[in-house]
Amino acid sequence: MENGVRRKNGVRRTVLDNDLTVLTKEVHHAPVASFWVFYRVGSRNEVSGVTGVSHWVEHMLFKGTPQFPKGEIDRQIARNGGFMNGMTWLDFTTYFESLPADRFDLALRLESDRMINSVFDRSEVDAERTVIISERQMRENHPAFLLSEEVQSGAFKVHPYHHHVIGWQCDLETMTRDDLWRHYRTYYTPNNATAIAVGDFETEALLDRVRELFEEVPRGPEVPEVKFEEPLQRGERRVTVRGEGQTAYLQAVFHTPAADHPDFFPLVVLDSVLGGAQSMAFFSGGGTTNRTSRLYKALVKTELASGASSSIYPTVDPYLFSFTATVRAGRTLQEVEDVVWQEVARIQEDSVTDDELTKAIKQAKAQFAYSSESVTNQGYWLGFTSIFADHTWLDNYVDRLAGVTADDVQRVAQTYLAETNRTVGWYVPLD
Amino acid sequence: MVTTANLNNTAQLSLPDPDSIARRTLDNGITVLSRDNFLSPSVVLTGYLRVGGVDDPPVQAGLAGFVADMLDHGTQNRTFDEISEAVESIGASLGVSGGLHIASFGMKCLAEDLDHVLEILADVIRNPVFPEKETEKVRGQLLTGLQERDNNTRSTANLTFLELAYPQGHPYGRSTDGYVETIDAIDREDLAAFHDGYYRPTGAIVAVAGAVDPEQAISKVEEVLGDWQPAGPRPPQEVPEIRFPDGESQLTETRREFREMRDKSQTDIVLGIPGISRKDPNYYSARTANTILGTFGIGGRLGDSVRDEQGMAYYISSRLSAHLGRGPWRVFTGVNPANVARAIDTILAEIHRIQDEAVSEEELDDAKSYMTGSLPLGLETNEGVASTLLDMELFELGLDYVQRYPDLINAITVEQVQQAAQRVFPRDAYALAIAGPPMREA
Repeated sequence: MENGVRRKNGVRRTVLDNDLTVLTKEVHHAPVASFWVFYRVGSRNEVSGVTGVSHWVEHMLFKGTPQFPKGEIDRQIARNGGFMNGMTWLDFTTYFESLPADRFDLALRLESDRMINSVFDRSEVDAERTVIISERQMRENHPAFLLSEEVQSGAFKVHPYHHHVIGWQCDLETMTRDDLWRHYRTYYTPNNATAIAVGDFETEALLDRVRELFEEVPRGPEVPEVKFEEPLQRGERRVTVRGEGQTAYLQAVFHTPAADHPDFFPLVVLDSVLGGAQSMAFFSGGGTTNRTSRLYKALVKTELASGASSSIYPTVDPYLFSFTATVRAGRTLQEVEDVVWQEVARIQEDSVTDDELTKAIKQAKAQFAYSSESVTNQGYWLGFTSIFADHTWLDNYVDRLAGVTADDVQRVAQTYLAETNRTVGWYVPLD
Repeated sequence: MVTTANLNNTAQLSLPDPDSIARRTLDNGITVLSRDNFLSPSVVLTGYLRVGGVDDPPVQAGLAGFVADMLDHGTQNRTFDEISEAVESIGASLGVSGGLHIASFGMKCLAEDLDHVLEILADVIRNPVFPEKETEKVRGQLLTGLQERDNNTRSTANLTFLELAYPQGHPYGRSTDGYVETIDAIDREDLAAFHDGYYRPTGAIVAVAGAVDPEQAISKVEEVLGDWQPAGPRPPQEVPEIRFPDGESQLTETRREFREMRDKSQTDIVLGIPGISRKDPNYYSARTANTILGTFGIGGRLGDSVRDEQGMAYYISSRLSAHLGRGPWRVFTGVNPANVARAIDTILAEIHRIQDEAVSEEELDDAKSYMTGSLPLGLETNEGVASTLLDMELFELGLDYVQRYPDLINAITVEQVQQAAQRVFPRDAYALAIAGPPMREA
């Protein structure tokens, strides 16, 4: 994309002198606007000893700067009728504010300020340590979290996708203020970030203001490259988690390629046919049901499971195709697992039907239309796609799905959903 | 102070008002409201029927919810598979879910598919047949869900709280999802009889928002629901007064319960009392007091103290569930088992502080700005508009509610906030439920 060229979907890309990429899109349906900053750093960039550091740094960016002292960030956004949050994922850390349009300047001032001026006070780091451990313990109360942590670390031996974003308990106990500070200074640079504005503003005026505020932040050194490459898996791995409760859970994962690989789109169709359409709503949550998906028919309709789904996420490095199922009272993990493999085998042998392909495309189109209702959601998608591809990825999303053939789906099912490539986890309840 | 650059160029904020909302009550008693939004080619329709968990016989707790879950599992005209295929193949969604006083239904689709999905929705509400096989499938899902609930600290604490906070036998103290033994005891004849007896158009509300002309939207709803005339009235929805054994309408002594759950890392705490109804004259000042105490920013004063200063919890907030009746006022938090006593002391101290000392003008002003300023963002999506239209009708707020709302909030004084905190938040008597790993006495 050329600097300053307006695209057909109304997104304009601008690169500032300090190499901050800025994406802007005017939407005038309501007097609101959303501002996001995505940093290319997440659990992917973490090594043993500091797992969870990206997420903890995200928390520290709400603790204030000299200009917005502690408490002022939340207060200013709330009293201006907005909402905000931060989020850390495998490949990114992001912050956003959605505000009434006449208050939008606040978001720009806040984000340009905390890109460089966040205070990492030692006592605040200590207070936040127990908050983060509390967040981890909240998750540990859920059997599905315990299982997914075990499965994910079973599937990855070398690559940092090995650990969950929250980090291991021992690292959360021992990490220091200097570890956090170093991480912040290394990755929070304009050249490692994309800023996105969507909503009711006038682009030229907005860009002038973005330049004024963000060009004060100096360009930083290139961020360290992630060089870990997960070695080929050569056989099935199995993990078991035992714990309280009466409900058993199954999770099974397979290594799959990154978002920029040509096989990614056939895998999205495979996921849609097996587990149902994925919602593209970042906030309003669950879109459609998955009652016509193959897993529902094979597991829920037959009363083996109370719920079953699959998923695949676009990522920078190769990640996972995942199955999950909740075993119904009175049924067994083995019964459920056997049926999942039967369904995989059916696609490997006979592929999918034309009707299933058509449905997957129509569902994707509808989810796409729904997701464009809110400026917040649009901002999220522009930022997210810029992490693993670029913002034009979405323009071609439906077309690229429509180009997938039944042969493609069969081939990726054979290639990736192979027994030697899988890690299977059972949560076995003690009751 | 910093200056604010003027970046926007929309002349006038367009919020739902009496001129842009169409409203009509059909002959059978259904009120339909609609407002258009042509900026995305989709439509949202949501609605309320006046039937819910308060209508459950106690030995069949969860019946109303079970019925709601079953409606789209087969009708006189369509099988479960046909409904699912029709809805999912066009990327639409459709569903019914049971609540305490109401059953909510909803659908979302591309505008071009509105007639088609609306017809299915009406069929599902009017003509369910509760097939035996589907009933057993859903029963198994519900029972598995109840198992999961009973292994979850947050839902265990919340359910225990409701049992403590309301007089024994009061429907607000029961789970609308039911219990293993009550869900087990419901058969398909019970489901069908409940639908026959309680599902009526009278008092129902439907709201439509999206890419459809409002008058047309009302006519479309009338086409599929206007001739719905079930025989006879339903039994009245009688919610008993909240009356404790000592004759009082509020708790006069603290009721506390600890549910031990082994193998957990965190303890969940729910503390509160029966609150007020949405129509209570103190509703707006109580909501403002609750905003200051437990929601503004990251959890209001409670968040500042428990999370930010003491680092005890990842989440803490308070909630005023004012609905048709006196729903609860509650504080929720999750803390390390070692911090339970300290967290409870801090929560009580913050409640007492807002009762004993007037909040500052600045704090009140922050809360007001937040409550009024966040309106446009809440009305950005079709879901947001539809849910506002439903509440306007259910709570008789008027079609000019969005216009009146800022004045209602801005008129609140520090004295009113303090009075509401004294009246609506607990002092010495409250219900306290704790669920988590074994605790050592400090």
